[in-house]
Amino acid sequence: MTSADMAQKQSAQTQSARSGVLGLISYLRRHVPFSVGLGIFWLAAMVLVACFADALRPYGITAMDLTNRLASPGNAKHWLGTDELGRDVLSRLIQSIRVSLVIAFGATILSAVFGTALGFAAAKFRGAVEHLVLVLADFQAALPFLIMSLAVLAFFGSSMVLLVCLMGFYGWERYARIARGLAISASAQGYAAAVVQLGATPARVYLRHILPNVASTLIVSMTLTFPEIILMESGLSFLGLGVQPPETSLGNMVGFGREYLTRAPWIMLAPALVIMLTTLSISLVGDWLRDKLDPTVR
Amino acid sequence: MTSALLEANNLVRVYQVRRGLLGTPTPVRAVNGVSIKLMPGETLGIVGESGSGKSTLGRMLLGIDPPQSGEVKFEGKPMAAPGTAEWRALRARMQFVYQDPLAALDRRLTIATQIGEPLDIHKLIPKEHRAARVEELMSAVGLRRDQAGRFPHELSGGQRQRAVIARALASRPRLLVCDEPVSALDVSIQAQVVNMLRDLQEQNRIAMIFISHDLKVVRNIADRVAVMYLGQIVEEASSDVIFQSPRHPYTEALVSSVPVPGRILEGRRILQGEPPNPANRPSGCAFHPRCPLASDICRTSAPDLRSIGGGRTAACHLVPGETAPVAA
Amino acid sequence: MIRFVLTRLLRAVITIFAVVTFAFVVLRMSGDPAQVMLGPDVPQDAVDAFRKAWGLDQPLWVQYLAYIKSIFSGDFGVSMRDEASALHLVLERIPATLQLTVPALLLKLLIGIPAGVYAALHRQSFADRGVILLAIFGFTIPSFVMGLLLVLIFSVILGVLPSGGQDTWMHSILPTITMSIGGIGILARFSRSAMIEVMGQPYIRTASAKGLKWSDVVWGHALPNAAVPIVTIVGFMVGSLIAGAVVVESIFSWPGIGRLLVVSVSNRDLAVVQCILLMIAATMVISNLVVDLLYGWLDPRLRAQTAH
Repeated sequence: MTSADMAQKQSAQTQSARSGVLGLISYLRRHVPFSVGLGIFWLAAMVLVACFADALRPYGITAMDLTNRLASPGNAKHWLGTDELGRDVLSRLIQSIRVSLVIAFGATILSAVFGTALGFAAAKFRGAVEHLVLVLADFQAALPFLIMSLAVLAFFGSSMVLLVCLMGFYGWERYARIARGLAISASAQGYAAAVVQLGATPARVYLRHILPNVASTLIVSMTLTFPEIILMESGLSFLGLGVQPPETSLGNMVGFGREYLTRAPWIMLAPALVIMLTTLSISLVGDWLRDKLDPTVR
Repeated sequence: MTSALLEANNLVRVYQVRRGLLGTPTPVRAVNGVSIKLMPGETLGIVGESGSGKSTLGRMLLGIDPPQSGEVKFEGKPMAAPGTAEWRALRARMQFVYQDPLAALDRRLTIATQIGEPLDIHKLIPKEHRAARVEELMSAVGLRRDQAGRFPHELSGGQRQRAVIARALASRPRLLVCDEPVSALDVSIQAQVVNMLRDLQEQNRIAMIFISHDLKVVRNIADRVAVMYLGQIVEEASSDVIFQSPRHPYTEALVSSVPVPGRILEGRRILQGEPPNPANRPSGCAFHPRCPLASDICRTSAPDLRSIGGGRTAACHLVPGETAPVAA
Repeated sequence: MIRFVLTRLLRAVITIFAVVTFAFVVLRMSGDPAQVMLGPDVPQDAVDAFRKAWGLDQPLWVQYLAYIKSIFSGDFGVSMRDEASALHLVLERIPATLQLTVPALLLKLLIGIPAGVYAALHRQSFADRGVILLAIFGFTIPSFVMGLLLVLIFSVILGVLPSGGQDTWMHSILPTITMSIGGIGILARFSRSAMIEVMGQPYIRTASAKGLKWSDVVWGHALPNAAVPIVTIVGFMVGSLIAGAVVVESIFSWPGIGRLLVVSVSNRDLAVVQCILLMIAATMVISNLVVDLLYGWLDPRLRAQTAH
């Protein structure tokens, strides 16, 4: 192959790659409503901020600038101002985004895994196991989650691991209900019954066949749980029971910023705005995904 | 004389059906004392209207649903309970072909993956040879090599059924139960698939149970035919004989309803009355309300399935039999 | 039908029992209240005496049985801090909480449902889009953010409403609004989608095709059928009349159940926390039960399904 050929081929490749990216963008512009596009953009920005928090942060989250306490936003050194100890609000906000997203993400995954496993167990064994799962779901419904977490966190003391695990119990009954229903209908007739008849073990039937088939529905319900967990975590942190200082999260920032509502509202407004925009974006994108992927979930 | 591959004795399956909101459950005898014997490499057709219990019978013969009484023996051994490791291992030796191939296939896996799945489940051949075996199976059922990466919804109905058949044959089973395998397909495709099934069955010496409501299809493929009515076999004979000279009035009606090219439909018997409802079984011979020849004895006593000579059996008071009833 | 009611009742009782047990086990497992109540530097005798006085020296299961027994005789324990009856302390606070939650619930119903139904009947109109947008805003803004924003605007900047306390009716305006906004959004969204689904059903098309007046179609056929999913949400809201105010009471220093819970939890006042949890679970379970029974009444098909 001559070098000219190579060059030609390469340029053809870059061209096709470029048209691929452009094609994707124009596809999105044609098929995604404007508000959903904004939501996707905001979420992508949040994920980037969470990933590169260390590099983006201008100051350490506990670094105090005592000459610049309660500085208002627009300050040359502190774009979003400082708090009562002269800590940079932007730096703390960036770190809070990371912490809150990590907690919400971890908890959403935990709750999806836990709920799906229980739902499958109920579908596989029926009888006593199914009743047990239903009683657990009743229990979850009887004790509002915020109240339960409040009791557990206050009495056991808050730690990051406990917080994620506790949040991981949020909303499991939704996955359990969906997974159970779909698994039962799949094994009653159709592909799952066919695979059983091939001699597959239950593990193979559930993990290799049923799970991939119900995954899109489960992912859609994760977009419902995710913002709720963010709200739950920030609510607990606001009450002083979630993320503990010196670590910071969005709710925790609002909670502490509340003391300075009259003198320095920006401490509270910046994280509040981030919470609102993030949950709003997930709701918009989630609704849109739901319409696209799965009309059976409400 | 070789021993039977599959032997079923006096199988019974009763469903509890609730009528209305708060009605008491009524037992419905979907299969009511059926015995069957199948030799290796033999094809038995099971014919009946919907509701005759033929699909339930097929599932019991494969051990998917356990019978409430009676037993199924495969290669001389009683069938293992569903869900046990032994039962699962047995699946490699007996397979099922479904009526609706789209429902029987996982829509998220390519057909090549699904055809190879029994090999994977039963660890039949080393991993590196599996692809070759899948290719061989695909060509055996008439699927093109380039269709291997397709998903079920990208294939036509006939091609899907070919994939289901290839999957069923992957583990080289000795028994194949086909439940209405072509009734969901276009008529033009039906003959192709049936011929292919017959060829594969002959080449591989697979015993086959072919369940269908369609006499034309069964006639094309079966060595012997059993006719079912309301959960019971009413007549059984070799396929040529039963179509030439049906003895039971129900079989006669069925056979006469099949058009034969070049022959004028004369003396055609059209079944009268309600189609059978297993929840409301008539007294005596279950067929008597629709039978043109029914006499008093038919209303009061149910006929046994008896040998009527020439290796045939029938359950009808009006068909003269050999003296002893066939053992149940 | 009787069997259906009975099985639901049984499940309700089991659930309340599970909550009581869970609360008991978690609270006892999490540390020694004697240490918290008495402080770290008290002599061992005093700790022992405290434990003996409160029965904490007994094995867990003995404490549990004694607790269950006393609940059945109507004794919900005594607050370790105030030495007053826990039940009395809790009941004392309930009116304050209801003073916020009941008006908030009424606001949710009176604004949320009509807005959702109106939006559903005028799909794709300007009003519909507005309702959707406001609804999404309503339930994506956390109540503590909403509360603080309202305080910022009405108390700090405009100075027209008080920011906390319970002295006059003016004090309850901001907490009530804060509490109702999220629920209005949820109800509007649910009513809208329930209504849209019902309006697409063949029987609605039949009803309008056979010449019924449009208002009769909506009131006589569509609304009763759309009511089933809406009732679930409303039931949940009624159930959280007592529990739903924790965050809002904390923002506005409102002396209700939520504040009592937060304070008792940080004081490790076991009897009071248990009593509150039991109360909350009972309200939740009872309202769920009522919803289930209402379901049967609204939708006879469901009754038939669950009955056997």
